[in-house]
Amino acid sequence: MNPFSLMDKTILVTGASSGIGRAIAVVCSQMGATLIVTGRNESRLSETFSVLEGGGHLQITADLTNLQEMEKLVESLPKIDGLVNNAGIVNPLVLQLTEESDVNDIFLTNTLVPVHLTRLVLQHKKLNKSASLVYISSINGNNCAYIGSSIYAASKSALTGFMKVVALELSPRGIRANCINPGMIETDLLKAVSIGEEELEKDRLKYPLKRYGKPEEVAYAATYLLSDATQWMTGTSLLIDGGYTLQ
Amino acid sequence: MEITDFIKDFAAQFDDTDVSDFSLETRFRELDEWSSLNALAILNMIGKKYSVILKPEEMKTSNTIQELFDLLQSKLGLNESVFIDG
Repeated sequence: MNPFSLMDKTILVTGASSGIGRAIAVVCSQMGATLIVTGRNESRLSETFSVLEGGGHLQITADLTNLQEMEKLVESLPKIDGLVNNAGIVNPLVLQLTEESDVNDIFLTNTLVPVHLTRLVLQHKKLNKSASLVYISSINGNNCAYIGSSIYAASKSALTGFMKVVALELSPRGIRANCINPGMIETDLLKAVSIGEEELEKDRLKYPLKRYGKPEEVAYAATYLLSDATQWMTGTSLLIDGGYTLQ
Repeated sequence: MEITDFIKDFAAQFDDTDVSDFSLETRFRELDEWSSLNALAILNMIGKKYSVILKPEEMKTSNTIQELFDLLQSKLGLNESVFIDG
């Protein structure tokens, strides 16, 4: 038995319509998992669904920032062995121009959605014994800081704090919870934070490994945390940043 | 949209440069206080106050406040969402 295999595991991935979420869904399917992919954009979610390997997968279009939609989604789920809380947004904004609605929007998607989804899969008893919960956090707010991202950083470090208590509370059932803290990853999200291609290239060179990460590289880490290879890993944050925070 | 208001909004993103130092001809990148933080603050101010999302590379084509004002005027009414799914 390959300890890194995801054969016979059912895994729910949020934000699967693009970027890191899509890569996680695809790599998990390549490792043998049955996927339930969810995202807001139906056509892009279908694109993800069409590139999954193997059969038996499900796609559910849902806006998880709407709690009723989330509850409906959770009620419709089969029992799962893995949950990847990936959906996230970023909105570069200096603090002096930040408004209440900016704070609420970012915390809702980045922190409250994972909190409520975790709560609901528990309350609806959808987690199999020894399930693995993975939270896509960030180096930002946990390992370093960037200008214009105070609320994003707060939302991601709050997620890390939440994950630690979940890890502790669910440990009697063998359920594990871990974060992944990626550095900059080449996704469409970059378009929202980018300061232009020239600056992006300069920023890439600040990484000791001289480039940003690829979505698949975060997916490989998620696969690892979802697999039985990490049955004694819980409450940790896996840093994947090309060495950025060494400096 | 009044250019005098725009100059005031622009100046408000600086702490150490006096408001009277700002004019249409001000080459803002040459100010001692200029940094990437001001640049982001100005993009944010334009987004919040004028509902125009300027890309940083678009802003880079402007060197004076007048040029930035002209760019902003050419973009008024053409908005796009800043939020992108991750």
